[in-house]
Amino acid sequence: MSETESAELETFRSETRAWLEANCPPEMRKPATSDGDVFWGGRNAKFSSEPQRIWFERMRDKGWTVPDWPREYGGGGLSAAEHKVLRAEMARMGARPPLSSFGIWMLGPALLKYGNDAQKKEHLPKIAAGEIRWCQGYSEPNAGSDLASLQTRAESDGDDFIINGQKIWTSYANYADWIFCLVRTDPTAKKHDGISFILFDMTSKGVSTKPILLISGYSPFCETFFDNVRVPKSHVVGTINRGWDVAKYLLQHERAMISGMGERGVGRPLGQIAADSVGTDALGRLDDAMLRGKIANFDVDEAALAACAERAVDLAKAGQAHPAFSSAMKYYGTELNKRRYEILMSAGGVDALEWESERSKQGARPRAWLRTKANSIEGGTSEVMLGIVAKRILDLPGA
Amino acid sequence: MALVLTEEQSMLRDSARGLISDKAPVSHLRHLRDSKDPTGFSKELWHAFAEMGFAGLLVPEEFGGSGLGYVEAGVVMEEIGRTLMPSPFLATSVVAASALSRGGNAAQKSEYLPKVSNGSLLATLAIDEGAKHRPLQTSLQAVRAGNGFKLSGAKALVVDGHVADLLIVAARTAGSPGEREGLTLFLVSPRAKGVAIERTIMVDAHNAARIEFANVEVNADSVLGEVDQGGALLDGVLDIGRGAVAAEMVGLSDEVFNRTVEYLKSRKQFGKLIGEFQALQHRAAELYVDIEITRAATMKALQALDADVAKAALGVAVAKARAGTTATRAVQEGVQMHGGMGMTDQFDIGFFMKRARVCEELFGDANYHTEQLARAREY
Ligand SMILES: Cc1cc2nc3c(=O)[nH]c(=O)nc-3n(C[C@H](O)[C@H](O)[C@H](O)COP(=O)(O)OP(=O)(O)OC[C@H]3O[C@@H](n4cnc5c(N)ncnc54)[C@H](O)[C@@H]3O)c2cc1C
Repeated sequence: MSETESAELETFRSETRAWLEANCPPEMRKPATSDGDVFWGGRNAKFSSEPQRIWFERMRDKGWTVPDWPREYGGGGLSAAEHKVLRAEMARMGARPPLSSFGIWMLGPALLKYGNDAQKKEHLPKIAAGEIRWCQGYSEPNAGSDLASLQTRAESDGDDFIINGQKIWTSYANYADWIFCLVRTDPTAKKHDGISFILFDMTSKGVSTKPILLISGYSPFCETFFDNVRVPKSHVVGTINRGWDVAKYLLQHERAMISGMGERGVGRPLGQIAADSVGTDALGRLDDAMLRGKIANFDVDEAALAACAERAVDLAKAGQAHPAFSSAMKYYGTELNKRRYEILMSAGGVDALEWESERSKQGARPRAWLRTKANSIEGGTSEVMLGIVAKRILDLPGA
Repeated sequence: MALVLTEEQSMLRDSARGLISDKAPVSHLRHLRDSKDPTGFSKELWHAFAEMGFAGLLVPEEFGGSGLGYVEAGVVMEEIGRTLMPSPFLATSVVAASALSRGGNAAQKSEYLPKVSNGSLLATLAIDEGAKHRPLQTSLQAVRAGNGFKLSGAKALVVDGHVADLLIVAARTAGSPGEREGLTLFLVSPRAKGVAIERTIMVDAHNAARIEFANVEVNADSVLGEVDQGGALLDGVLDIGRGAVAAEMVGLSDEVFNRTVEYLKSRKQFGKLIGEFQALQHRAAELYVDIEITRAATMKALQALDADVAKAALGVAVAKARAGTTATRAVQEGVQMHGGMGMTDQFDIGFFMKRARVCEELFGDANYHTEQLARAREY
């Protein structure tokens, strides 16, 4: 980096810091404690609080719901280095993301790479502004880890496709406005060669959803049924029958996103949270030596993973990233997040067992603990991630 | 700062790798071990190394060095880790060079640093006394005597202790073991009266010594830094050494891992390549992730050292702790996945296992550094 570049970056840093200090409401400077506290956008979106609205609108107006997207699509147009600075400054003050969205994490990057001009202009600005909430129609009852064996079919009818079939585990399908969906457009082709990636409105005739209750007591995902749903062919992203390329690219982003789950490095150190309930000994150390050791080991691994996540971004920027690297990160990040919540449950003792009470914020901790168990399943299981690393990165034999 | 090597750093890596893999593959260490070489490293190679500018890599240009940073030192250490080349680089060029340039006065710097740069002077830090790395437990006494001090006590695991021309000795001039106050670093000649050096042949066939000091007289000029205030200087120098050893462990882990993956692709059992067994694939994949995470943490630590040594402690603790855990796993999986072959001396894998064990103890093991993190985070 040249001296002028780094000087410009330092200016950007101080301006960003000042802007965040002036614009991020204090209530938005701590991690959300429940899903209801997260803003997901969409046609029926409601803000859970005034600070949440203010924070979202200010960030949206700067293009900072999607800081690195081009300005023409509602993004902030930041360079990779500036984006890194923004993330660091937000983390420094504990500022939470103003908008959570599958559109930002998954569809957006896929559209930027594979979408045509019309599709980009139509969808990206609405994602950036939180106007449309998206869901992901990948999994089916008989196509989970073996995703490419999906059977939902789309039959050609003039300029349209007629879609029939069933999806499952569709997160937030009942709240979503649109779906990005994998369908089989050529049943005679080989497994990976007859799939298309298509977008449609969830209010289309023939779409219905049925929530599934989870062990956390919530039902964030659904069975989704398609009964003669008519979708224009122009809604296919990329080439017809070549949807697997788009699907895989999107999965890389999904995996990178899932690997980053958990409040890495923000808020109070885990050991201090544990001390609240466990207590400390005469030396001021956590009064449970084994737990303290586990937390410290966890902290080392978490810090190392954070460095690796940072490096993954830098490698991508330098054009040195392996496309399957997000699988490595996904595997480690999710296993680590599960460890984090095992520690939190253990540290909380009986207090962490409370499920329904004001005191426990309706069991926020045990529900979050149970939710993390899905981290190593959703977006591809840990076993599947290890398989991908073994084959695609290490080039080990056997299909 | 991006966590990838710059073009210059990649070039440095390539030239270090070229020299090291060519002149000092693992067979080089094996030969030194089997011939019970009295020096324990190749002087010829060290001079070639110095000529390429590696010996003075961290020495400022005004003293004849190349004035590069800790990331660059780590790049070289990683390559050393790949072939386990025994060399004075860690003790002299990284640890001692840092101690001298950070703590030395003008006279000390101009006397020693040019010789460090051209490879003619070997130096080392003598710190640990007990079985485990506990810098604050230093009890070697330095009592004032006339215009100088008298040193009495003993040091264990002094890297290159039997070949060094200069010992940098951590001593207690005040306070008691466990305290940070009262530590002082001294420059001591190994030929001074009262110094007794015993070369210890260790498991990894690298150089180390036990050294005893019996009323060794040094003059006031031999104090490095301030009397009683050596704690901060020592912290920084140790962190630099830790970052470097972490980098060596990354190289070592990566090399064992590559050899293991190659073996998985060539060894057949039950009519299949053993790399087709998912149980082994998944273990290999986990290890890959461990190594990548460790590499990133180590780079981050070295960059933090370059930015400000005094603020790098946490990052260094993370790197050294992770490196210890990862290297241990890498060598264990390496031996296990090589089956019976892995247990033979004829095969190289065992050399990596032995070196990993030594690196783990050097400057604090994973438990030590994990504890440091817990303390810093106040729980
Ligand atoms: C919270 C959550 C949210 C989700 N959200 C969505 C969503 O929005 N949209 C969507 O489309 N899907 C979603 N999913 C579905 C998710 O992608 C699948 O559950 C996942 O891919 C696993 O598929 P499966 O459930 O069919 O399990 P299976 O594929 O039946 O796996 C069962 C077990 O077998 C193991 N296994 C399978 N194949 C192999 C192999 N080759 N080698 C070794 N082990 C193997 C698995 O690792 C697992 O342990 C979500 C899932 C969860 C839990």
